[in-house]
Amino acid sequence: MIVIDTANHIAALAAKMAKPAVIAAYPITPQTTIVERLAQYVEKGELKAEFIRVESEHSAMAACIGAAATGVRTFTATSSHGLLLMHEMLHWAGLARLPIVMVNVNRALGPGWNIWSDLNDSLAQRDTGWMQFYASSNQEVFDNIIQAYKIAENSDVMLPAMIAYDGFILSHTSMPVEVPSQQEIDAFLPPFKPSWTLDIENPITHGNIVPPEPYMEIRYSMHQAMENAKKIIEEVGEEFGRKFGREYGLVEEYRCEDADYVIVTMAALAAEARVAVDELRSKGEKAGLLKLRTFRPFPHEYLKYDKMIVIDRDISPGLGGIVYNEIKAGGKEVYGFIAGLGGVDVSYKDIERIYELAKEGKEGWYPTEVK
Amino acid sequence: MAIKDLPLEEYILKGHAACPGCPATIALRTALKALGKNTMLIVPASCSAVIQALYPKTAFNVPTLNIAFEAAAAAASGVAAGLKAQGKDDILPVVWAGDGGSYDIGLQALSGALERGTDFIYVCYNNQMYSNTGIQRSGATPYGAWTTTTWTGKKEHQKELAEIVLAHHIPYVATATIAYPEDLYNKMKKAKEMKGPRYIEILTPCPPGWRFDMSKTVEMAELAVKTGAWVLYEAINGKIEFTGYSKRILEGKEREPIENWLKMQGRFRHLTEEDIKEIKHRLDEKWERYKQMYGKKE
Repeated sequence: MIVIDTANHIAALAAKMAKPAVIAAYPITPQTTIVERLAQYVEKGELKAEFIRVESEHSAMAACIGAAATGVRTFTATSSHGLLLMHEMLHWAGLARLPIVMVNVNRALGPGWNIWSDLNDSLAQRDTGWMQFYASSNQEVFDNIIQAYKIAENSDVMLPAMIAYDGFILSHTSMPVEVPSQQEIDAFLPPFKPSWTLDIENPITHGNIVPPEPYMEIRYSMHQAMENAKKIIEEVGEEFGRKFGREYGLVEEYRCEDADYVIVTMAALAAEARVAVDELRSKGEKAGLLKLRTFRPFPHEYLKYDKMIVIDRDISPGLGGIVYNEIKAGGKEVYGFIAGLGGVDVSYKDIERIYELAKEGKEGWYPTEVK
Repeated sequence: MAIKDLPLEEYILKGHAACPGCPATIALRTALKALGKNTMLIVPASCSAVIQALYPKTAFNVPTLNIAFEAAAAAASGVAAGLKAQGKDDILPVVWAGDGGSYDIGLQALSGALERGTDFIYVCYNNQMYSNTGIQRSGATPYGAWTTTTWTGKKEHQKELAEIVLAHHIPYVATATIAYPEDLYNKMKKAKEMKGPRYIEILTPCPPGWRFDMSKTVEMAELAVKTGAWVLYEAINGKIEFTGYSKRILEGKEREPIENWLKMQGRFRHLTEEDIKEIKHRLDEKWERYKQMYGKKE
């Protein structure tokens, strides 16, 4: 069935079809319409779930942790300052190895208040032990949420997963989305089997004081789980492709085979960059696009191109583009551009211009300062 | 119910890591005897996170979820929802938090969980300071008390969290202390039989924090009640009834002089006459208010 709706309503629909037993969420622009729609599903009886109307995002994540610890599937959604308020509990969920799935609608951080797209909120959660998936279309929002549960709940992974997409550019923009039937989703996504639960017949204590050596082992197993996730993400993406006709991996490569320069970016910018690549190709430029679908785990093995142009809608002050610096660590010829912060529009024409500037050996803040 | 009639089942096992004379452990031991096996504990950062002892062992024989300092009540909402979704109506989530995690950093989450009707018991074991981090002042620290962040004595009076909780109009609010284990047991038992948010606050005098000998824990709690520094009551659906010795005070029995309690504690050693006057004045005001609100009308 084709559904034409905003990414937020599509996210709510995907969450509903994944059948979480508990949802705990707090509204924040531009995520709000996800929470509203889910509350409606629950109150109308279309989704059989407990909806906890928490008093903050910190409590939203704490409640998801408590619920997941009883062995049920959970969902939440947030954005920007809400995600930052959750930060402590994101680490908690990661280390507790609870496969909570969350949507983050990317939005800039204040002050001053800015509600438009910017990836700094989710990228600042880099080291929390959450897998991060970035979507470039409403279809990918839907598909990523369904797959995220299957990946997160895999016994070799057992890590929480965040589905990120740009505020307004996607969240409030309607697009056609192919939605499978509930039966097809159920066949793809089996019920949650937790790796540990609070159980009165087998009373464990979770999270008491851990001495240094076992703590380091716990950290190591978490890192291994993130490494395992790479394989599981590809397997699940392939299975999804077989069943629904849209295959997914860690990255999506477009016209990269013979490319002189490969543009590397993610989220909505990647959709725009795809148009730019076609335009550049029509002008005789051998341009390619590598879209990062996952930022954690980071797909180093796919960033093998000799010349790459990285466009970051984020900034680590004092270092530069966050994605650029992760890729630069691989030792290739990489040109980094900061663009589109706080919702500044970046069109395919801007990306063509960035491509030309990189060819001249330049990089920097586009268009503020490029040299 | 006499002490000898308390259930023999123990849910605090040998090998716990509490200090000698620890009142929190006495309180939890008694509480769990009332609550029984079908209990899930949610414990924020506090002494009780340490008392459990080191991973991979535990001294707690009920399922226990440790959670961040300010998040216990929210996590309990999640546990309650998870249990409800699975139809496990016979299991009770119980938060076991200190005064730091309840009066201060966890107050928002507590208020939120009470307001949205979370089906759980929230216990604040109140030792009137941050004891786990080494005796710093909290919102529950009384006026004049030495702590490592109030070297010359706290300049402010404590707030009354149970009264803030009462303003949420929940089914059950009670106070207790470890000197009266039957009273604590009965209140826990009563709370257990009810539904919705229930709040019980237990005064737990801490030997290293209050600076008294570890053999005096129970006496210190008893004297807190007899001097009126701590009050025992319960409120079913908002209707407050004083209990035990506090009820006798309300009905006219003379309070023991507060100095008797203060002078037993090293944390009050430096108090001046003025300080003691201020403490007495505040205490008199408090009891006057109680008598007007809850005492027998002439």
